[in-house]
Amino acid sequence: MSEPERPAAPNASDAAGRPKIGVDEWVASAEERHERSRGLGGLVSRGWEGSPAEAKLIVFVALASTLPFWMNEGELFSYGLYTLLYALLALGLNIVVGFAGLLDLGYVAFYGFGAYGYALFSSNHYGLHWQAEASIPLIVLGTAAVGLILGLASRRLLGDYLAIVTLFFAQAFVAFVNNSNPKVAGEGLTGGPNGIPGVDPLNFFGFKLHSTKQYYFFLLIVFSLAAVGLYFLNNSRTGRAWRALREDPLAAEAMSIPVNRLKILAFMFGAGTAGLTGTIFAAIQTGVVAGNFDVALLITIYAIVILGGLGSIAGVLFGAIVINVSTQFLAPSNDHPELKRWLFYGAILLIAAKIRPWSRTAAVFVGTAAFGFVVHAIASGISSDWTNGTVVDAGSAASAIRNWVIVPSGHTGFQTWAYIVLVAAIVVTSQLKGWWRMAALIPTLYWVAVVWENVLVQQSAVTALILFGVLLIALMQARPQGLLGTARVEIV
Amino acid sequence: MHLPLLNIIDTVRQLGWGGAFELLRNGIVLGSVYALIALGYTMVYGILKLLNFAHGDIYMVGAFLGYGVLSILGGPLAPTIAMVPLILLMFLGGMLGSGVLGVVVERFAYRPLRNAPRIAPLISALGVSFFLANSALLLTHGERFNYAMYQLGGDPNTGLPGPLNQPAFSVAGRPVTVVQVLVVSTSIALMIALTLLVSRTRLGKAMRATSYDREAASMMGIDTDRVIASTFFIGSVLAGAAGVMFGLYIGETYYLMGFLAGLKAFTAAVVGGIGSIPGAMVGGLLIGVTEAYAAGYVGGQWSDVAVFGILILFMLLRPSGLFGAKTIQKV
Repeated sequence: MSEPERPAAPNASDAAGRPKIGVDEWVASAEERHERSRGLGGLVSRGWEGSPAEAKLIVFVALASTLPFWMNEGELFSYGLYTLLYALLALGLNIVVGFAGLLDLGYVAFYGFGAYGYALFSSNHYGLHWQAEASIPLIVLGTAAVGLILGLASRRLLGDYLAIVTLFFAQAFVAFVNNSNPKVAGEGLTGGPNGIPGVDPLNFFGFKLHSTKQYYFFLLIVFSLAAVGLYFLNNSRTGRAWRALREDPLAAEAMSIPVNRLKILAFMFGAGTAGLTGTIFAAIQTGVVAGNFDVALLITIYAIVILGGLGSIAGVLFGAIVINVSTQFLAPSNDHPELKRWLFYGAILLIAAKIRPWSRTAAVFVGTAAFGFVVHAIASGISSDWTNGTVVDAGSAASAIRNWVIVPSGHTGFQTWAYIVLVAAIVVTSQLKGWWRMAALIPTLYWVAVVWENVLVQQSAVTALILFGVLLIALMQARPQGLLGTARVEIV
Repeated sequence: MHLPLLNIIDTVRQLGWGGAFELLRNGIVLGSVYALIALGYTMVYGILKLLNFAHGDIYMVGAFLGYGVLSILGGPLAPTIAMVPLILLMFLGGMLGSGVLGVVVERFAYRPLRNAPRIAPLISALGVSFFLANSALLLTHGERFNYAMYQLGGDPNTGLPGPLNQPAFSVAGRPVTVVQVLVVSTSIALMIALTLLVSRTRLGKAMRATSYDREAASMMGIDTDRVIASTFFIGSVLAGAAGVMFGLYIGETYYLMGFLAGLKAFTAAVVGGIGSIPGAMVGGLLIGVTEAYAAGYVGGQWSDVAVFGILILFMLLRPSGLFGAKTIQKV
């Protein structure tokens, strides 16, 4: 079978991933498409690209609707409900960053505006108990208006300045909410550091949502509607103009696209979506505090949007599932503590399995296992307190870990040094080439396990945040367009 | 009824001229720390057009490294070695460690993205910042480490001030302590050294050429990758020094201190005109003094908002800053 003649791109010999200058997007990605169309992965990706958007939505909604029937209440809350909440929040960020290409680091503040707005209108705080059908549209419009103000103030700023101004805006929002408690109608406006407790559940025309299941289905409906709306928005005249703005603001302006108006519009749509998500968040949490709207949330949402692919709606959903499920696995309150261990070692194995050829992969795995036993034997030979520490949350794998990983007890400072050595080892390993790298990989992989058992597993919530930071750095280099996004092509 | 403005006027009256001087003094000391951080921002921005979010966290690491040297050599109750070499070693440890960290960060997070769209290194920088801050949280368990515990600032048992907190001289009856003089003079010395480096040496010339036009500079035989790495090293060394100075002055280090300080230092760089070295110094002092007066007259919790207000004002009225040249966007 002869394959059809592919048009050769002018710089086809370039490694994939570099900006392909001077070629059409379709031609530029021909190499990549050809590469992908083989094997099982190719089948999946062709099926994905070939199926219409409506079918994807229907399949997703059908799958998501089954969740409440095989999960218990707690699992549905942390895995189902929060995934949808994050996905909805990330959809709004996707408008600003993904569609319009504006690096908005104050996005979480709009989420906070929405949450505080709902808490003010529907709680015992002022004794206002508005119905949700009245308060939610009002809050969404109000948050969009705040987005309009921020957009107006920063419409002339280029990328980096915009980032810093919006980041400061988020900081000022938290400072205001935490410190300012001006008296309005005899009550503090924001409740200061204590926040506003006792927020009503969502109440539409007298019908109260009170179970996790009801909230889940409500969020599923809201998310689907928002996704459909954004799909049409993205393919509209405005969406195309946003893409032009994202690719090259100067060229867009030269093409008489109203750049400033589009920036402000993107800010408003993003802010409105964040406000909507905030109202639902406040109702689910039955309370708001300023600590909910910090930089950690911002990074999580960015990780979702970037992992899934900037500008892709399905990507946002995918990113939200991956990020939220791994966060929940790593959360200290997880019911199945051994899961986080499986997740971590599984991820390490997957990354290590990228080594080619297979014989090397096998050699590294066998070598790491043997290395571990040797180090363990030496350490326990020196002194028993190098190996008799307690393994946290081990579950069924406890004895295997005990005999392989050194877990010292009573050596203060070991954790700090172990972590620093790990970072240094990864830095060194990545700089080596060929066989040296293979040789360095074995102790590094073993040390990953040591640090995981001694340091990371004990503070797994912080670990999740560290891994998100690493994920952002790694993704920018390996696949800046994310998993489902389209690569940017520079056309000269 | 209490109007906030009346409160401010009352506070100004209560504090009087002496209080105003004290605030000015605190502002100048704090401002010279910001100015040192801002120099790193402005140099990296000048050469790469990259907003290095991780710079504030490198400053935080510098403060922790200084604390590390102090805790090893300082002894829990009295310094085991003499005071002056101890402080010199703290500066050396903080500056070298931060410098190496800055080079490693550049090598791993920014160099592979040299020709990527502008947003990619920004997000990468965000990731580095988050990674560094949370690594510090992981290793310190969110604890605040106190330099004063180690006998530089005073005796915790008797409450007597240590040699660093003795007044060096006084103005209008208000003391200026040794550590304040130390902070301001060190930062002035470092700024002079940096200015000389940039204007008089071969490396400085290469840095100026690279920041003017990277492609042309590399065609003239300048190893731009190396120049950029040295820029990161120098900027991070200054941030490390700022970290140690802040630790000596305020006495406290914790994992989140880099984030806000970084934001304020960037504001200082913007106010002074980004890319301009004297601008960063003036901007740093302006931000420090503003913050001190806002904290003294309005309330400590509002100092961040005051700095934010200055940033917005400059963005709207003079986006190129005090010393910055107006840039024209070219295709």
